[in-house]
Amino acid sequence: MTPRLTLATAGRVLAQIRHDPRTIGMLLVVPALLIGLLAWIFDDTPVFETAGPAMLGLFPFIVMFLITSITTLRERRSGTLERLLVMPLGKGDFIGGYALAFGLLAVLQAIVAVAYAVWVCGLEVEGSVWLLILVAVMNGLLGTMLGLLASAFATTEFQVVQFMPVFVAPQILLGGIFLPRDQMPEVLEAISNWLPLSYSIDALNTVTTDADATGEVLVDVAIVAAFAVGALVLAALTLRRRTA
Amino acid sequence: MNSSDAVVIAGLNVRRERTDVLRDIDLHVPTGQVVGLLGPSGSGKTTLMRAIIGSQRTASGTIQVFGQAAGHRALRREIGYMAQSAAIYDDLTVEQNLDYFRRVLGSPRADVERVIAEVGLDSVQRNLASKLSGGQRSRVSLGIALLGRPRLLVLDEPTVGLDPLLRKELWGLFARLAASGTTLLVSSHVMDEARRCDRLLLVREGRIIADDTPDGLLKATGASDHDEAFLVLLERAAKEAAA
Repeated sequence: MTPRLTLATAGRVLAQIRHDPRTIGMLLVVPALLIGLLAWIFDDTPVFETAGPAMLGLFPFIVMFLITSITTLRERRSGTLERLLVMPLGKGDFIGGYALAFGLLAVLQAIVAVAYAVWVCGLEVEGSVWLLILVAVMNGLLGTMLGLLASAFATTEFQVVQFMPVFVAPQILLGGIFLPRDQMPEVLEAISNWLPLSYSIDALNTVTTDADATGEVLVDVAIVAAFAVGALVLAALTLRRRTA
Repeated sequence: MNSSDAVVIAGLNVRRERTDVLRDIDLHVPTGQVVGLLGPSGSGKTTLMRAIIGSQRTASGTIQVFGQAAGHRALRREIGYMAQSAAIYDDLTVEQNLDYFRRVLGSPRADVERVIAEVGLDSVQRNLASKLSGGQRSRVSLGIALLGRPRLLVLDEPTVGLDPLLRKELWGLFARLAASGTTLLVSSHVMDEARRCDRLLLVREGRIIADDTPDGLLKATGASDHDEAFLVLLERAAKEAAA
């Protein structure tokens, strides 16, 4: 990995997105609007206080998964990836460039969504707001890495979009939003222990309800980061310089 | 091995899903020449080119480029490759496309301007690639291959979809590059481009059926032009295969 090449790749990915202002707008505004909708629906109930934090983790995860898997699939299909891999670009530079560019977008998205949830919708956060943003960004990075990985198993855009429910839906169902994980059937709880989103939802709930649990939250964040690194390594293995 | 050869291939076989795409290929590409790779579509031209740049998995045989095994790390700055479909970013401008690949190669900033002039894209350099015509897009792709002045250019149908004037200009560029020592392997299915090459390789069903100079091919077949020469050779090869 060479910092110069990683940065060049991140700059290129951001330049591509800059030419698509509609995507940038949706990226920044849609999560906040949906969180606002949730707050409105559950106006006179305590539901928003319990489900709201999890939403802040879900949106960056889903959006970054979709964007990354589609852009990398396009790189594979258009021949630009083949071209890059016969040039002096490391696989780490390619993946690192995407992680940097989409990580930056995840930061912006998280800041807008968290600010809207806390200051407009009145989400109560006992812990640090910055910690909340950190967890949201880590989720975005996890989505980016899984998206890179998923693109290797898809040959068309139709397939890659359908990977979203495969990768994402089970994690949402088992993540503890609908029912706390320790109240689920034992088998499902065991499965949920192996899903990264379970830890980020835990972390988001802890930040919002407990002011003195920074350590606990950071452990959860570290676990999510480990999953992201694992996906990154697997994604790097799918980038082959030689293909059939 | 002759040290004046840029590419030397011996006993190359490529198999894809149980079909033989390339069969027992032996060939050499002399340094500083324009070598034309001709043949019907589906004959294996693209596979052969991808094998030379090191992105094709091969079943057996050796491929040496400037004395190194194809795909060697040291060759990544020495080979410029242009695929048949324009491998460019549609959501970047012409300039941004070239600038990104220039950074990857680590070549000087002035390279972008030089290449834009060489492929004649000055008037559209700030346009998004998605807004360009097919011929302009393929010239962006060609421009990327020219970045960093590689010693070997592997160009897959670089003139497809271009008008005769542009085609003539590009072949002029290829000749100038060869005169300055660059080796070019150019595929085409337009036979009248054959006479502009120093040497011709004719591929049919994964085999090289002719490896000669343009004049040598005419003499060997008694044909009056290359179109006819190729038809003679293809028919001869088909008969031999049937026998």
